[in-house]
Amino acid sequence: MRTTTVVIGAGHGGLAMSRCLSDRSIDHVVLERSEVANSWRTERWDSLRLLTPNWQCRLPGYAYHGDDPDGFMTMPEVVEFITGYAKDIAAPVQSGTTVTSVRRTDGGYCVTTDHDEWQCLTVVLATGAFNVPRVPACSEAVPASVTTLTPMEYRHPDELAEGGVLVVGASATGVQIAHEIQRSGRPVTLAVGEHVRGPRVYRGSDIHWWMEAAGVLDERYDEVDDIVRARRVPSMQLAGSPELATFDLNALTRIGVKLVGRLAGIRDGCAQFSGSLRNKCDLADLKLDRLLDTIDEWATANGIDDATPPPHRFASTVVPETPTLDLDLAGGAIQTIIWATGFHPDYSWLDVMVLDGKGMVRHEGGVVDSPGMYLIGTPFLRRRKSSFIDGARDDAQDLIAELADFLDGQAQATRH
Amino acid sequence: MTATETPVNNGVNVEALLGAREALTAAPEAAKFEWRATCEWQNGTHSNSTVEGFFGLGEEQRHRTRYSFDVDHPEIFASEDNGATPVELVLVGLAGCLTAGVAAVAQNREIQLRRVSATIEGAMDVRGILGVDSDVRNGFSGIKVTYDIDADATPAEIKALVAQSQKRSAVYDIITNPTDVRVEIS
Repeated sequence: MRTTTVVIGAGHGGLAMSRCLSDRSIDHVVLERSEVANSWRTERWDSLRLLTPNWQCRLPGYAYHGDDPDGFMTMPEVVEFITGYAKDIAAPVQSGTTVTSVRRTDGGYCVTTDHDEWQCLTVVLATGAFNVPRVPACSEAVPASVTTLTPMEYRHPDELAEGGVLVVGASATGVQIAHEIQRSGRPVTLAVGEHVRGPRVYRGSDIHWWMEAAGVLDERYDEVDDIVRARRVPSMQLAGSPELATFDLNALTRIGVKLVGRLAGIRDGCAQFSGSLRNKCDLADLKLDRLLDTIDEWATANGIDDATPPPHRFASTVVPETPTLDLDLAGGAIQTIIWATGFHPDYSWLDVMVLDGKGMVRHEGGVVDSPGMYLIGTPFLRRRKSSFIDGARDDAQDLIAELADFLDGQAQATRH
Repeated sequence: MTATETPVNNGVNVEALLGAREALTAAPEAAKFEWRATCEWQNGTHSNSTVEGFFGLGEEQRHRTRYSFDVDHPEIFASEDNGATPVELVLVGLAGCLTAGVAAVAQNREIQLRRVSATIEGAMDVRGILGVDSDVRNGFSGIKVTYDIDADATPAEIKALVAQSQKRSAVYDIITNPTDVRVEIS
């Protein structure tokens, strides 16, 4: 079969591209291994809500219109939102179709699926950045008596054995899981490496409102000092709770979570935690203060200081006076380990030489290092907000311009 | 051992060490030591560190003299190479500690040493400290210590010496286990 553009993945990113392709009357198909919004349906824990407020859920030609703009969608609501979008834009989604190979051909690309084969000029990779949980190599040394889970396998605290839980990683995922497990009565130890601290609410508004207003979320990939590093920064310690609760380390310490340093290794059944906990917390506190400085400067420059509560700073992160450096995993105190150590994409089906040494796609703001190939929905693709639903809105509009230019160039070349 | 043999002498006063162990078992407060160094930046990557005073046995103590260490980086790092690199000094510390342990344990086990040589190799991928790749750690990816020991002992006894010296080594513990580090500005 033949089409102009094959979009791989019917999540919010792929659908945003589909809408922009339709706007320009570019013939395309959206191939989806399962059904629309599959990851949101099947790869998330029960209590998860979006980290971004409802009003910020905007896609090309579509937005949240419910009666709770400051709330946060549950996963079923996200699925409904994205499914509604697919219907609204009449996206040409072919569900239940797994792409097994993408190859370069003379005229473009050949996309092979478990059903058929597509010839196309352009391809959009919209399979997401969080396909496979990243688990540290030392996981192999975990004693057999301890159950280990990735965030994709974890659903609910009550499914865990009674007893202690070690959560490794303190990004948005780690802190949320640590919080609800501690609340379930299972004592949590949280291993904390580099992390990004954030309050849910600052000076009366959601931190995401401030970050958007002050231009932080729109900071571009070609404006930051070190884009490689920026793309690897862990997610901010936020949760979308109806209570607008802050999920920083102090909040976790208050409910009894025990903080330890980064998991450095496991030897003789004993987990070893880095002695750098204090420094990692200092760095995150300093970074939060710089973010709040940016916000306050913007507020002053835009004359809204009188209309908002005054600037303030949050208490420094409280680090245990003598952080635990060793923890016996075999002794029974820890029954479960959860690896909240990040995710990586799966491009095992991509037979075009565009992956770097770490298996990440080489691209410049989503324009992949192969003619006519585009990427959407990965961290800091074009903007700091690229990994959020809202990021797909601007990214898709930029990328469709690139894609259309490419097609025009192809058409001209054919005429000459 | 028969009376005609020369007593084993590795230059270690084992009686004093064992005496100290006994005394400190009774008075654990006296066992609390604090080791110190001071460092003054010179220029570029060159600094000079000194050690002299330390605390132990319940009071301030002093080395016989002040020891000074120039620390720098080699010319291939665009430095002036006024001294060993910090990481080489870590290797020096490990070698000094393990070797002292070998001598002490040998003395205690009445093994006469004739020669103890060690080569210490620390492997490092400098992409870590240069920030090229955040997956690469800053520190050593591994340390290899190779001992060449000539002593009045069987190979198994020598092996046990080396093993025991690791068990009792402060620097071996510092390197192989995490340590809480606090860095402040005065």
